Amino acid sequence: MIVIESLTKRYDSTTAVDAVSMVIERNSITVIVGTSGSGKSTLLRMINRLIEPTSGRVLIDGRDTASEPGHLLRRRIGYVIQGHGLFPHRTVAENIGTVPHLLHWDEARTRARTAQLLEALQLDPANYSEKYPHQLSGGQQQRVGVARALAAEPAVLLMDEPFGALDPIIREKAQDDLLDIQRRFGTTVVLVTHDIDEAFRLGDRVAVMSEGRLLQYDRPEVLVTRPANPLVGRMTGSAERAMRLLSLTTAGEAALPFAAGEQRAEGLVVPTSASLREVLSELLWRGSECATVVDADGTPRGQLTVAAILTRGRPA
Amino acid sequence: MRHVATILRLAALGLLLAFLIVPQRFAPLFAPLTTGGAPPIYDQGNLAMLALSHLATVLVACLGSTVIAVALGILVTRAGGQEFLPLSRAVVNFGQTFPPVAVLALAVPLVGFGERPTLIALFLYGLLPIFENTVVGLRTCPPAVLEAAAGMGMSAGQQLVSVELPLAMPLILEGIRLSMVINIGTATLGSTVAAKGLGEVIIAGLLSNNTAFVLQGGLATGLMAVLLYDAVAALERRFGRSARID
Repeated sequence: MIVIESLTKRYDSTTAVDAVSMVIERNSITVIVGTSGSGKSTLLRMINRLIEPTSGRVLIDGRDTASEPGHLLRRRIGYVIQGHGLFPHRTVAENIGTVPHLLHWDEARTRARTAQLLEALQLDPANYSEKYPHQLSGGQQQRVGVARALAAEPAVLLMDEPFGALDPIIREKAQDDLLDIQRRFGTTVVLVTHDIDEAFRLGDRVAVMSEGRLLQYDRPEVLVTRPANPLVGRMTGSAERAMRLLSLTTAGEAALPFAAGEQRAEGLVVPTSASLREVLSELLWRGSECATVVDADGTPRGQLTVAAILTRGRPA
Repeated sequence: MRHVATILRLAALGLLLAFLIVPQRFAPLFAPLTTGGAPPIYDQGNLAMLALSHLATVLVACLGSTVIAVALGILVTRAGGQEFLPLSRAVVNFGQTFPPVAVLALAVPLVGFGERPTLIALFLYGLLPIFENTVVGLRTCPPAVLEAAAGMGMSAGQQLVSVELPLAMPLILEGIRLSMVINIGTATLGSTVAAKGLGEVIIAGLLSNNTAFVLQGGLATGLMAVLLYDAVAALERRFGRSARID
C-alpha cells in the first residue's frame, strides 16, 4: 500500500504538485490522468524520489521513503518511461539484469528471472537475450523496458506514459500485456497518462489531476456517473459518458439468466470478457436483439438483450 | 572496396617497417636527391630506434592528455561542475593555440633538454580535441537513457561508469585519435631540443642541405600518422558497434 500525504513540489514561484494526498491499494492499477503540466509526472517521480518533494511524505507499506538514500529506494521500485530508455550498449539480457546486478543477485538467479520475464512478455529468451535494443521493434523495446523494471521483483511499478510512443494497435496489445502481468505478479502499478481512454481501460482507480491538484480519485464508473466538478466531467467526456460506462462492464457481469428451458447458443455469441460497449455495437450492426454470453469453455452463462444493455448505460 | 583499403594499409605498414629496418635498400631511390656524394640514407642513428622513441613520446603525452582531458570533461558535465566549463575550455584552448615551439623554448630552462619539454608541449597541444569530444559525448547521452539509469537505482558514479562513459566512448576515442595524429607530426619539433625522434632526420637534412634526409624523415612520420589513425579508427569501430543508438 502506498500512502501519499499532502505531497507538494514547488519550483520558485510555481507549484507543480499542490498538497496531494491519496492511498494506493496493494495489488491494483492506479492511473493518474491529466493534461500536460498538470503535475502528474512530478507526482509519480516523487514516489521514487527522482524528484525530492518540497513537503509532505510517501509511505510504502508503512515505511517512509525518505528514510533511505534515493538510489537504494529506487532499486526496490520498478520504473518504466516513455520511449523505454533501454541502454543501447547493452544486450536485452544485460538490460533486464540491471537492477538484479545492482542488488548483487547471483548469475543463475538473474538468468532464470530474465528468462521468466521474457517468456511472460512473449519474447523467446533464446532468440532475444543477446540482441541489442536497436535490433528490436518499438513494441519489443517497450516490452523489454517493462521486463527490466520488473526484474528485481519490485512490489511497486511506476510507469510514466509507458505506451505513449507506440502506435494504436501495438498499444492495445501492450495494455493487455500489462493487465496480464499485473495479475500474474500481483504488482502494485501506478501509471501516468494523458489518455483518458487508457486510464479507463487500465485503472482500478483513476486519479484526475489539473494544475497540480488532485481533482478526484475514485473507481472509473464513479468518475463517469458522479464527476466531482465540471472539469472532471469534461475530461471524462460528458458526451460519451454512457458509452464509457458500458465499456467498463463486461458481458459476464451483466449477463441475465436464461428463462427456464430456453438455454441456447445461437445468434450472436460473445465471451464473458467482452465489454457491453462491444456487445451493443455488434448487436446494432447485426440488427439483432439478443446475444448469448459464453465462458472460456464455450458453456452458455446467460444472455444479454439490447434493452438490458441500455439500462446499464444509465447512472444507477 | 574494403579489401583494397586493407591491402593498401598492409602495404603501407610493410613499406614503413622495411624502410625502418633495412633503410640502405632504399638508397637508390633517394640517391638522386643528394649532391656532392652526400649519404642518401640517414646514417647518424638507427631509424627504427628513432621511430620507436618518437612513437613512445607521442603515446606517453597522449596518455597524459587523455587522463586530464577526460577528467576535466567529466567534471564540467556534472551538475556541480558546470561553472568550471568556461575556465577549462580557456585552459585547453590556450594549450592548443600556444605554439608548441614556444612551449619548448619556455620549458627547456625549467626542465632541461631532452624528452621532457617535448612531452609538455605535446601534452598541452593534445588536450583540446579530447576535452571537447568528451564534453560533447557526455552531453549527448539520450535523456531517456539517463533517466532510466537513475530510475533503476544507479548511483551517480554507477551512471557515469556503466552508462555515460560507454555511450560517450566512440567520441572520446575519436578525440584521442585526432590528438595522436596531430602530435605524431608535432613531435618532430622535439628534436630541436634533443628529444629522440624522427625529427632528428629532418633537422639533420636541413642542417646539411640534404633533401633526401628531409624527405625520408617526413615520409616515415607521415606513414606512421596514417597507420596510427587507422589503428585507432578500428578500435573505435569495435566500441562503436554495440553503442550504436537507434
